[in-house]
Amino acid sequence: MSGSVEVQRRFDLAGMGEEATRRRRRGGEEDDEEEEDEDERGMEAWERAYADERSWEDLQEDESGLLRPIDTKTLVHAQYRRRLLQKSAASAASRIQKGLIRYLYLVVDLSRAASETDYRPSRMVAVAKCAEAFIREFFDQNPLSHIGLVTIKDGVAHRLTDIGGSPESQIKALMGKLECSGDASLQNALELIHGYLSQIPSYGHREVLILYSARNTCDPGDIMETIKNCKNAKIRCSVIGLSAEIFICKHLCEETGGSYTVALDESHFKELLLEHAPPPPAIAEYAAANLIKMGFPQRGAEGVIAICSCHKDVKIGGGYTCPRCKARVCELPAECRICGLTLVSSPHLARSYHHLFPVTPFNEVSSVVPFKLSQKLAQTCYGCQQSLLSHGSKPAPHVSCPKCNQRFCLDCDIYIHESLHNCPGCESHRSSTT
Amino acid sequence: MNAASAPSKLYSDDVSLIVVLLDANPFFWASSAAAAGDSASSHHPTTTLPFSKLLNHVIPLLNSLLLLNQLNQVVLVATGVNSCGYIYDSGDGGGGSGCGSVPAICSEILRRLEEFVVKDRLQGKGPDKVVATGVSSLLSGSLSLALGFSDPELDIHSLGQILCLQGSPDGPEQYVAVMNAIFSAQRSMIPIDSCVMGVQHSAFLQQASYITGGVYLKPQQLDGLFQYLSAVFATDLQSRNFLQLPKPAGVDFRASCFCHKKTIDMGYVCSVCLSIFCKHHKKCSTCGSDFSQGPTDANASTDRKRKTSEVQP
Repeated sequence: MSGSVEVQRRFDLAGMGEEATRRRRRGGEEDDEEEEDEDERGMEAWERAYADERSWEDLQEDESGLLRPIDTKTLVHAQYRRRLLQKSAASAASRIQKGLIRYLYLVVDLSRAASETDYRPSRMVAVAKCAEAFIREFFDQNPLSHIGLVTIKDGVAHRLTDIGGSPESQIKALMGKLECSGDASLQNALELIHGYLSQIPSYGHREVLILYSARNTCDPGDIMETIKNCKNAKIRCSVIGLSAEIFICKHLCEETGGSYTVALDESHFKELLLEHAPPPPAIAEYAAANLIKMGFPQRGAEGVIAICSCHKDVKIGGGYTCPRCKARVCELPAECRICGLTLVSSPHLARSYHHLFPVTPFNEVSSVVPFKLSQKLAQTCYGCQQSLLSHGSKPAPHVSCPKCNQRFCLDCDIYIHESLHNCPGCESHRSSTT
Repeated sequence: MNAASAPSKLYSDDVSLIVVLLDANPFFWASSAAAAGDSASSHHPTTTLPFSKLLNHVIPLLNSLLLLNQLNQVVLVATGVNSCGYIYDSGDGGGGSGCGSVPAICSEILRRLEEFVVKDRLQGKGPDKVVATGVSSLLSGSLSLALGFSDPELDIHSLGQILCLQGSPDGPEQYVAVMNAIFSAQRSMIPIDSCVMGVQHSAFLQQASYITGGVYLKPQQLDGLFQYLSAVFATDLQSRNFLQLPKPAGVDFRASCFCHKKTIDMGYVCSVCLSIFCKHHKKCSTCGSDFSQGPTDANASTDRKRKTSEVQP
């Protein structure tokens, strides 16, 4: 449908945006692929090892000028705290409205640029690996959402999978199609997705996330028109670039309310990608709020024989019973074949509640607190019961919950906010839970 | 089934870290003891058990877990009405209980439990505390504590396992917190086993065990509780692959609504925040969205039409 190969416009964009601060081989910026390859050949193997690995970045100078490996634990924690505070500041500013029912198309650029090896072993493989992690995380955080895959290759966009709710089938489809060639076309991808996303229900949030390796787009028509269409259809487009910042991507994201980021290296790329997994703040006019009638079926006992309504087959054990018409369905979430009720299990919904009721960020307890005072307070982490005294009697850096004043070590802090989503201190006192 | 995910952690040794959550809700155990007294006089099969008898079953279980592998670690957490607390940790280097002789451990556990119950009662003494008969214990708190303790990032040498010995009914107000804990356990691949000693099934624990791949059991005869505990729950995760463990007899996947904390099997869900309501509201109380258009479900609107047409003639 979007297979037009006619090239009218070619955005050669290397010079148009600001350069992202990523490692680059010298030269080759404004040249084509082939010349870059030659350039690489010009570097000796031992030179490349240094240029690619940048081993000196793992070292840090301390106060006395000695080199030592970077203290990753405190660094990771500091990074995490910054993210956490940012998140809580953002949610405090606006009301907690999140687009929890998302319909997202993930676009993977499989053009020639994806075969470059600045990501190991190549951009394409690195992207696929991160995309797999993203799809799993996405379904973990957005249980009632749907994801679909689109690839761009040879100037054509191709829908790899239908929009759906199963992570396994999506990942399998992506891994089976990892070949790259030709040019990338942003317009074709957007046109294709626009066609599919205009059919989804009004309460769903339409999103496109593009993982873009190329530095140009090879389009059959006016891409500005397409961007305008996407904006009108309330499709939120976000792009994560792998090469340099590109004007047209930035423009697309700004117009449609998405975010545009450029990755520095693989770990940064993964970080940027996973930032798209938690639901974005809902934009009020983008999706109509609605109450959806849903049923919460009970799971049948093992060994009970029943005829399921979805396959019209006799099944032993398992299955769920629709609360309205008592028909048997095999899997959740589903729509009842008999009465049309949307059937979900309450755990599906409950998976996303931590977005609504987040744990308040803990306060950092400075280690310069007078020793007598800190001695009075508990000296073990309330979560893991490990001692907070690192060596001797000097307390290690730790945090405390502003509500229950219990103290936690840094590991528990991350665990509580990233995975548990409960404060053990607050939960174990009735007065604060009710 | 989710059970398949649990053994995918590759450990050569079957060392376990078992956190036992003991329900220490005095309201439940008092009523249970009273019922046990009645049933003893009428020669009814015992379905209830007083707390002191329960300890006769639980403490041998802890000891046998330690006997199974000397590297095993057992942690006992008490779930009270107003608070939760650590009672005993075998990996604590003795923790003042001598070098781990069985009578010493027993008396240590009993002493700490007694202290805990007294403290728990004191915390509950407020001017505005009205004690209802169906008081629930703080399952969410003890689950959170147990998970914090068995966080795989901290202890990568043993397989975490949580065993809930629960008697008192579920507290619907803890729904979100309990679910959060369950999902976290699932992510860390820590199975939550549950042994329910109350009169009713516990929907929370049914879901917990189902989602995390643990075993859910409601023993028929509490007289032989130790047999159940040692045969079903004392097995480590590797051995479970080869055992015939009790299959779940149906899981209650119903939700509790946000407005009245009632358990419902059909309700309305806000499309913005997925809050559950038992009836149609004008406005979402959680996220403030306005539902002026009415319910989207086609059948619901036809139901309504039918009702109004019935009223008219």
